[in-house]
Amino acid sequence: MSEQVRKAVTGENSLENLADISFKKHSTKDIDSVLDQIDAVLEKNAEEFVKGFIQKGGQ
Amino acid sequence: MIDKRIMGLETEYGVTCVVDGQRRLSPDEVARYLFRRVVAWGRSSNVFLPNGGRLYLDVGSHPEYATAECDNLLDLIKQDQAGDRIVEDLVIEAEKRLNNEGILGQIHLFKNNIDAAGNSYGCHENFSVQRRHNFQQIVENMIPFLITRQIFCGSGKWMTSSKSGVFNLSQRSEHMWESISSATTRSRPIVNTRDEPHADPEEYRRLHIIVGDSNMSECTTTLKVATTELVLRATESGLINDQYSIENPIRTIREISTDLSFKKRFRLTSGREVTALQIQQEIYELVTKIPDFEQVMSQPLYKYAFDLWGRVLASIESNNFEDVRFEIDWIIKRDFFLEYMNKHSLLGNDSRMTLIDISYHNVRKDRGLFYILERSGLAKSLINESDVEDSMSSPPQTTRAALRGKFIKIAQEKKRDYTVDWLNLKINDQHQRSVICKDPFKAVDERVDELIENL
Repeated sequence: MSEQVRKAVTGENSLENLADISFKKHSTKDIDSVLDQIDAVLEKNAEEFVKGFIQKGGQ
Repeated sequence: MIDKRIMGLETEYGVTCVVDGQRRLSPDEVARYLFRRVVAWGRSSNVFLPNGGRLYLDVGSHPEYATAECDNLLDLIKQDQAGDRIVEDLVIEAEKRLNNEGILGQIHLFKNNIDAAGNSYGCHENFSVQRRHNFQQIVENMIPFLITRQIFCGSGKWMTSSKSGVFNLSQRSEHMWESISSATTRSRPIVNTRDEPHADPEEYRRLHIIVGDSNMSECTTTLKVATTELVLRATESGLINDQYSIENPIRTIREISTDLSFKKRFRLTSGREVTALQIQQEIYELVTKIPDFEQVMSQPLYKYAFDLWGRVLASIESNNFEDVRFEIDWIIKRDFFLEYMNKHSLLGNDSRMTLIDISYHNVRKDRGLFYILERSGLAKSLINESDVEDSMSSPPQTTRAALRGKFIKIAQEKKRDYTVDWLNLKINDQHQRSVICKDPFKAVDERVDELIENL
């Protein structure tokens, strides 16, 4: 998280809700391994899948 | 004390069930599987939950979750996130049951706004407005903000044609046909003006905004709701009048969605020509003049959202998104699309582009691409998972939802027959006792305590 964001959230005016808000730590993993993870969960037959995802409209 | 406001979010989800990519069940059939547990629990596919929210099947077999009434942003974001987890549980359970019955399909539920054929479904925002205000005027004066806010709260959409594909900022903008109307599915407006306050009609109206995209990033959801609420305050206090009135709103909303250069100008009724960014920058400045601005900003999530609003507008202006790339849905999505296209050397018209677009919105944490990006540090989150988990069964404690949630919980425990809606709590026995809760801010009520004692 950037310092700016951290300051915005945990700024000096400490407040009633403060304890409830905290950014989870994150680290940027190697993008290739992220893309591999994504390929592992994606439907393999994209064309069929896309054709089949049809539903009447809502509001 | 600053003026409080009731806020709520409603989300319609898309469904499908496939075996090896092939559709296995119709949306109607999937919906029946999903809601079997709900029906067993509440004897209906339209129920109010112990957290005060509502879960039901909407037109077109779309599961829909409406948050309980919230009087602050933090509760709202928690209740909204809780809804995603509640429907995720339904998916996991229904898929198990399906597999036990010998159908080895996967059920997918998407928090997006468009299916592969271009049918649209929504994410609606609700804000209470005091009836003493000129409601029609407020709605009209909100429209320019609502048309231009997609530059930071759009969820992004890959649009394919036979030969190529393009990235749009918003899922919903293509599906808007009018500015203001009381219709919803026939001719979709930006704001729906049906007069259903779900509260004392002499005191309140409900601003029902249906133009928004469903957001996966809770940072973007927070930004969307906070900025809209702030602009509503600015409109109520007369800072925003008709100075930004757009000559052709529906053409403009579509043009903004397709313009990633952010340079496209359009004409206001005053004759001025502006960009969406300019309107947002001016409104951002105006909002600081609302009465009680400092007090509103004393809430951490508002402070965060206002800061993010400024950062995202600056990023668009400088065409450098480094500072906001983990917090804004369309930017998170666009960056990932570029990496993915690159890895597989995909062309824009490849159906895998549509697949990854839809899969970004899958509500299952193990399959949804947004959640994979989040776990990998490529998207930020604001709320602790344990807080979201609590909100799956606990209502907000400072609104009428606390009464409803408590009533439902105890009635369920005692296996009593009851009827509940946004306003009413009723025990279905020979006495037919009921209480009407007309004040959405009233979280303590002796009449309800007495009713609960009679359960």
